Amino acid sequence: MKTKEIFEVDKNGYYGEFGGAYIPEMLHNNVQHLKDNYLKIIKEEKFKKEFTSLLKDYVGRPTPLYLAARLSEKYHTNIYLKREDLCHTGAHKINNTIGQILLAERLGKKRIIAETGAGQHGVATATVCALKGLECIVYMGEKDIARQAPNVARMKMLGAKVIPAVSGSKTLKDATNEAIRDWINNPDDTHYIIGSVVGPHPYPDMVARFQSIISKEIKKQLKEKTGNQLPGYMIACVGGGSNAAGAFYHFLNHKSVQLIAVEAAGEGINSGMSAATTQLGTNGILHGSKSLVMQTQDGQVIEPHSISAGLDYPGIGPMHAHLFESKRATFMSATDEEALESAFELAKLEGIIPALESAHALYVLNKIKFKIDDVVIVNLSGRGDKDMDTYMKHITTQ
Amino acid sequence: MMNRIKKLFSDKKKNIVSIYFTAGFPELNDTNTILNVLQKHGADLIEIGMPYSDPLADGPVIQHSSMKALQNGMSIKLLFDQLNKYSNSPSGVKAPLILMGYLNPVLQYGIEKFCSDAHKAGIDGIILPDLPLHEYEIEYKNIFEKYKLDFIFLITPETSEKRIRKIDALSKGFIYAVSSSSITGSDKDMSAQEEYFQRLRDMKLNNPILIGFGIKDNKTFLQACKHAAGAIIGTAYIKAIENSNDIEADTEKFLNSILGATIAS
Ligand SMILES: Cc1ncc(COP(=O)(O)O)c(C=O)c1O
Repeated sequence: MKTKEIFEVDKNGYYGEFGGAYIPEMLHNNVQHLKDNYLKIIKEEKFKKEFTSLLKDYVGRPTPLYLAARLSEKYHTNIYLKREDLCHTGAHKINNTIGQILLAERLGKKRIIAETGAGQHGVATATVCALKGLECIVYMGEKDIARQAPNVARMKMLGAKVIPAVSGSKTLKDATNEAIRDWINNPDDTHYIIGSVVGPHPYPDMVARFQSIISKEIKKQLKEKTGNQLPGYMIACVGGGSNAAGAFYHFLNHKSVQLIAVEAAGEGINSGMSAATTQLGTNGILHGSKSLVMQTQDGQVIEPHSISAGLDYPGIGPMHAHLFESKRATFMSATDEEALESAFELAKLEGIIPALESAHALYVLNKIKFKIDDVVIVNLSGRGDKDMDTYMKHITTQ
Repeated sequence: MMNRIKKLFSDKKKNIVSIYFTAGFPELNDTNTILNVLQKHGADLIEIGMPYSDPLADGPVIQHSSMKALQNGMSIKLLFDQLNKYSNSPSGVKAPLILMGYLNPVLQYGIEKFCSDAHKAGIDGIILPDLPLHEYEIEYKNIFEKYKLDFIFLITPETSEKRIRKIDALSKGFIYAVSSSSITGSDKDMSAQEEYFQRLRDMKLNNPILIGFGIKDNKTFLQACKHAAGAIIGTAYIKAIENSNDIEADTEKFLNSILGATIAS
């Protein structure tokens, strides 16, 4: 008898061989405390009520599932966009920060720290801290501070302190290191709001649960529109993997749904300037969990490259490493150039300017041969305001 | 032959000083010089840092030394080559040697090969802060023991008594007590930790304790020694040699400044 494959986390915090909590003793108490309490807390009626009501009245959920007619025409199929770009603050990241701030309150924490790449998670964290009147410190790579200036300004206006991470590649990986070091130094009053499905257990599972609202809504909306709650394809970009985890969550055990995860190929998979972890990575440990990691033979983490700060990360969440190894999801990639091409295409065909991250997901529409009656959903994880500098440069060089 | 860590703690009960340095820093081939001069000028135990690109539990000073060491070309393999040349020579170091680093480079090297090569190179113990107790027990313990390597655990003021007892039962050489919940190189005041150290003493553990993180001079060293068998010093030593033109002279000066009045005893 074939045993049923499990794609959710097991009781020890693993997805197949990936996951776990590889953290120094200094973090043990905080992580253990989270692990012992997160499920209990998020299953409380009061928590669920507050979470749902904030998602509705503050974030603006449910986000629309929009049939993109001209895009569909071009690719000869039926393409729906899940409009996470219409969330308050402009990306899916706030689904997670709302959940975690409510959790932090219940854990009695007074000080919030976060890491950010594109700045979307930093803005989403600064936002919920303002909402709850909590102190907020955001670590951001020096390089990302320069390329995502509008989001830095937003965080500051929201009252957060933005601290540059100046070590290593000065991007998301290093911002995450700094946030972890801060947590080690402040074990009592601080909660660390991780922005993706990465980090030690229980973070990947916790963040996936908060983001799972995306696929929960899709099922209901698609049923209303087509009579069938299951799409043929569910496409999402993967940095750490939180928007993809949320978009895949309720389809994991429906094998008819093809899950497509799109990584950033940067200047090309083999250019030495890439962030396509499943293509270039091997089994390793990064930021507290076993997963696929871009690294040298000596186990030193490689500095990745992507035009999109949100995808510029040398790992992926353990859930995605497992989806990759088990072949439940198909991993594809888009280069910097290809993502730009798709961003401009969406702007022209649909009047929507996507985030550079989301534009990677859009590009694979070119790579898959769809049938005319397929139902294809692309998770439009964020809007492109933060990327206007990059887009303008592209316009002037065209 | 008696395990060198065990022997040290049975010969010397007080004022043990353990010094950490990053292999490959300041220069790639400084490893053997540093081992020599540390032993010569009073280090009882030596921790050799295996540099890693993402050292989560370390502050800016050790981060910088690690980055520099990697740029210099240091790797676990090269480190073992250096140690083999040295520990097999008659002038080889007598002090117990501990390797300290992060789990990922060790896993890429191959855990069994790592333990076997470490043993051959004369290593007595291993510290891997991001290998947690649970995983150690179920997956790694047998391998470390097979190659006679003492696995050294960290404890913090937040570690529960139950967990400390468990760590004590699993430990062989000593237990590394972090003096405050902090990354290396932080400046938290040790006097705030008196209660914690007293609690540790009252527990009457089987293993001796060394106190680490934040010790930088004779005063803080003596403070640590009041509560434990000795202390571990890393950041302060790295600072003392990072711009050194004469590693031996600076190491001597540094160890004198730490040991101060205790030298005569
Ligand atoms: C709009 C947007 N999409 C996607 C991502 C990538 O993160 P994840 O893979 O966790 O969804 C980011 C990260 O900053 C983002 O801002």
